Amino acid sequence: MDLRLFNKWQGQSLDGVIAECRELVEDADFPTVKRWREAGGKVLGHFQVYFPEEIAHAAGMLPLKIRGAAIDCTHSDSHFGSYLCSILKTSLELVMSKKVELDIFITHPICDAARNLAAVWGRNFDYPCQILYLPQNANSAASATYLCEEYARVQADIEKITGNKVTKEALKNSLSIFNENRSLLRQLYEIKREQPWLISAYETYLLTNVGGMIMREEHNEILKAVMPMIETRPIKRHDKIRVVFEGGFCEQPPLDLIRTISQSCYVVDDDLLIGLRWILEDVSLEGDPLFNLAEAYLEKSSYSPVQHDSRKPKEKMLLERIANARAEAAIITAAKMCEPGLEEQVAYTKALDEKGIPYFVSEFEESMTSFDQMEIQLETFTENILFG
Amino acid sequence: MTEDKKVDIVGRGNVEGANLFREWFAELTDAAKNNQGAAYVFVMGSMAELLKTFDFPLVFPEITALQTAVRRVADEYLTVAEDYGYSPDICGYVKADIGVHLREREHPMGKIPKPSLTVLTNACNTYVKWAEIWERMYGIPVFVLDIPATRQAGGQFQPGSSDFARDCKYVEAQIRELITLCENITGKKFDIDRLRETLAYANDMNIGWKRVLELNKSKPSLFNALTDGTAYLGVSNNFRGTKEGSQYFKNLVEEMEYKAARGIGTQTEEKYRLAFVGVPCYPIFRRFSEMFTQWGGAFVHSTYLNFASGGANMGFEYDVNRPIESLAEGALINIRDAMDSMFHHDRMIIKMVKDYELDGVIYHPIKSCRTVSTGLADGRRAMMAATDTPSLFIESDMMDKRVVSEAQMKNRADAFFEGLASRRLTAAKTAS
Repeated sequence: MDLRLFNKWQGQSLDGVIAECRELVEDADFPTVKRWREAGGKVLGHFQVYFPEEIAHAAGMLPLKIRGAAIDCTHSDSHFGSYLCSILKTSLELVMSKKVELDIFITHPICDAARNLAAVWGRNFDYPCQILYLPQNANSAASATYLCEEYARVQADIEKITGNKVTKEALKNSLSIFNENRSLLRQLYEIKREQPWLISAYETYLLTNVGGMIMREEHNEILKAVMPMIETRPIKRHDKIRVVFEGGFCEQPPLDLIRTISQSCYVVDDDLLIGLRWILEDVSLEGDPLFNLAEAYLEKSSYSPVQHDSRKPKEKMLLERIANARAEAAIITAAKMCEPGLEEQVAYTKALDEKGIPYFVSEFEESMTSFDQMEIQLETFTENILFG
Repeated sequence: MTEDKKVDIVGRGNVEGANLFREWFAELTDAAKNNQGAAYVFVMGSMAELLKTFDFPLVFPEITALQTAVRRVADEYLTVAEDYGYSPDICGYVKADIGVHLREREHPMGKIPKPSLTVLTNACNTYVKWAEIWERMYGIPVFVLDIPATRQAGGQFQPGSSDFARDCKYVEAQIRELITLCENITGKKFDIDRLRETLAYANDMNIGWKRVLELNKSKPSLFNALTDGTAYLGVSNNFRGTKEGSQYFKNLVEEMEYKAARGIGTQTEEKYRLAFVGVPCYPIFRRFSEMFTQWGGAFVHSTYLNFASGGANMGFEYDVNRPIESLAEGALINIRDAMDSMFHHDRMIIKMVKDYELDGVIYHPIKSCRTVSTGLADGRRAMMAATDTPSLFIESDMMDKRVVSEAQMKNRADAFFEGLASRRLTAAKTAS
């Protein structure tokens, strides 16, 4: 379906595009999804962290990244107990309040809480609600083949919903579009790494985030349009420290938290919405596209606390991220009640201690609204590094 | 049968279970003294049947951790781990275990040997994070046996289908990789005949466990699923694939059949038949149960007895003529069922309401375990909509007494039973 879902950015200055992106990201009514559905389109909602969106795209579905929202949980609260992260509750709230309507929901065994979601949603909605078992044994020789077959299973389910057969050619076309998208995001992050004064983490985040709620062709257009604007932006370099932000792989920090950090530091790399950037290289268009996509998940991918791979110890990967970004310090966050995030914080901070890299530890929740205290703490932290 | 026989047989499961448990810990202490490396494994998919063939002592950190709570010293270990940097909001088992390791593996029941490797399944994601901690502490290999479980409620792939065969092929390939890893670590050649032997013992245990659970449909119920059941569970896990385990479950079935035939229950008067959903409240293990038994409540089953047995409740029988293939099938079927018992507990409880003639269901979500607790509130709504069975929802923890509010829990339990009594009275009046 050739339908433009997000037009407001066109003809705008860079600041204008970013402002429009913010409006879209903050709009819990998900207007792009509504537009898609009103035109007769089907929607696949996939919970964090990673989903092979190319398969849904090739079938003509809108793949929608379900990543919670800063909303009150008036419907979903009674479906959960205490001691849970916020994203579970707000994600369910989005669909229970009909802010978002789906044709299929897919979650992943990323953590103990999220893997329950297929069952919870399935008890409340008639459409298919399932788990895509991304391999937890990334080091088995059998994993790529298994994953390819698992993708084929999901593809068959998607075909039933859309009535569209996913041909190899259609999938290759989607891979090509997503390869371009990932390449553009890499360019965006390259600018942020090399000239962080040109584009802040907050702005990068907004430009990235909209990709999860529109078709990727459209996202590519936006990124291609803004890239030259960023490169020629008349902004001077400030005396800020270079930091890596870690802890945004699943539940998303409030926008104003990211903005607060961006005001104090140059965030030269991060793991925010890492699922959209999970695959680090182009997926090959030669041979079997589904197998290539599966293999790329395992062999050409980033890292997160929710994937075990003995080749990628998380603390080692963080140190590499810091070194590659030439960062002076790290901000190590975790969503409240996020078991993998909180557990990883310990490994991260021990590794940073060993290397003598300064770090700032915090927790967040998507509904947080006050950042004054954090701002003061961050300022103290950065001043200690700048003038210490 | 004589009165002497009755004295010998009734309660035998608990006595023998306690003896075996001490034996297990003594073996671990000996292994630690001899500097013998252990395999660290978990209750949902220990792969004991295979690891025993390489003579690994098996450490179940979930069990050693919960023992610190039962012995009321968990807080000491939790504090050590929190001081080290771990959040109050993560799994208490993990923190108690880290506390044990940071204290040179000294445990209230003995000494825990160092790990040589850890084998875990994806039944619980915290298993993976936990194993990564040992990986960092000891530099040991972490083997994740990945089990593709139920994709969608009610959509289990059945043996004979191509989907099941696909999943099984993946599990089998991983098991073969695990065998190679064990050979490399121990320097021992894999002995398929020993695997046949452990599988045969495990068959006896699986059959026995299924039978024991079924026998508790008896009225009155024969054992307290919360307290006695947990003791039996200990043997089911710690002695999986052993001669002792096999004999224990044969004896246990004999005991339960004896009690069933004579109407010997756990209570003077069984008034209400209850199911328990979640993980026990170990910091007040006995007292938690007594909040219910003192009102004549009898726990006749629990989801815990299913998932914490790694799915042994399925009664799966390995085919010893094709041991590796059958081990893969069994792992897939059992561990998948263990996961279903946590994620799709509503389906199980709805069936249990009828099969076990339940009067009420007790949901016990805990701070420590999101695997088990996340879906309980929602599943409870589904269960109540389907069966109109009264239920109680009380939150606490399995390890951390700081979040166990005993007086409040007791008040809730008392009110629950008053409601049950009132409901029964109303039903009797309506009937008359």
